[in-house]
Amino acid sequence: MKQKIRDILAKHGALPVPVDQLAEDSDLYAAGLSSFASVQVMLGIEEAFDVEFPDNLLNRKSFQSIAAITRAVEGLTGSAEAAE
Amino acid sequence: MDMQTSLLDRLFSTGLLIDTGVEGLYGRSGAFEDVIARFERLIDAYGGADGAEAMRFPPGMNRAHFETSGYMKSFPQLAGTVHSFCGGELDHMSLLQCMEVGGDWMKDQKPTDIVLTPAACYPLYPTIAKRGRLPAKGGLYDLQSYCFRHEPSNDPARQQLFRMREYVCMGTQDHVTEFRQTWMDRGLEMMAKVGLDVTMDVANDPFFGRAGRMLANNQRDQNLKFELLIPVTSAAKPTACMSFNYHQDAFGAKWGLNLENGDVAHTACVGFGLERIALALFARHGLDIALWPAEVRKVLGYQD
Repeated sequence: MKQKIRDILAKHGALPVPVDQLAEDSDLYAAGLSSFASVQVMLGIEEAFDVEFPDNLLNRKSFQSIAAITRAVEGLTGSAEAAE
Repeated sequence: MDMQTSLLDRLFSTGLLIDTGVEGLYGRSGAFEDVIARFERLIDAYGGADGAEAMRFPPGMNRAHFETSGYMKSFPQLAGTVHSFCGGELDHMSLLQCMEVGGDWMKDQKPTDIVLTPAACYPLYPTIAKRGRLPAKGGLYDLQSYCFRHEPSNDPARQQLFRMREYVCMGTQDHVTEFRQTWMDRGLEMMAKVGLDVTMDVANDPFFGRAGRMLANNQRDQNLKFELLIPVTSAAKPTACMSFNYHQDAFGAKWGLNLENGDVAHTACVGFGLERIALALFARHGLDIALWPAEVRKVLGYQD
């Protein structure tokens, strides 16, 4: 799952640094993720994992780091145990 | 009858606003225009000494600049484009025949190079970018324009063509956020002087769709937009009559606005919804300006 999230970030994040240089808990906004790019990432994740982010997850915090995105996707797919 | 319709009906019956048959598209009486002119002089009294460069653009902007602005990413539902007949004589004949039978004559209209201005400051950014780097003290500009937003409504405070007065500041983060704070303080003081009850609140723009909900949440989380709210048609849901926006370096990066040292400029703007402020005054003090409180009339320069 984490690799898939990294791939989506690489494709839609328009980050000025290579995604594989980012740690799981690196602040993506500090790394240059713009508001618009975070929306593209959100839509990319919805498509890749066949999930829909509810209103309460449509915010900056959900996309703050690769770890945060992973937590959100795990919550939406109910795959937390499977990912352990 | 709801309260919104009733205020609109009273504005029509007193002639302050003039019905055109389209919701949100109204004529204005001389008295209504005079209130706006007087309020703009009050704005000048507060902001005039700041030395802003005044520019006035017509209510249409260069379509290429509109495309660069990214407006269609965020607010496609609000935009208005200008189309014209560009055919020859035969096309003209078929146009007239189509209109004669009540057909869809608009379908052959071609886009022009003009888009209706969505906010008074939109033509400013490419204009300033063309000049090269900003001066050392940054930039401060004074704008006013009719603006178009496609949102038909019977709320007189939500018009499709309305005027926005703006000050736009370009510079460092500290410079432009201080500018924004100064105008938030001034806005509260000005509205108190003309007897209006106000609240200041964090706000978001009406971004389109689900992606837009995320942009709106981001905007709120970062306190990028504040609105000064005043009751017009409803005390429970007051109307945004001023907005105070910090764009971070988004417009600076988009348009290539650079400081003297080459850094990307931060920008902020303060906007006055002129019709909304006039409507707030009429809603608060009554539709007969002669009967407005003496102190309010004095602030607006009416002779008693």
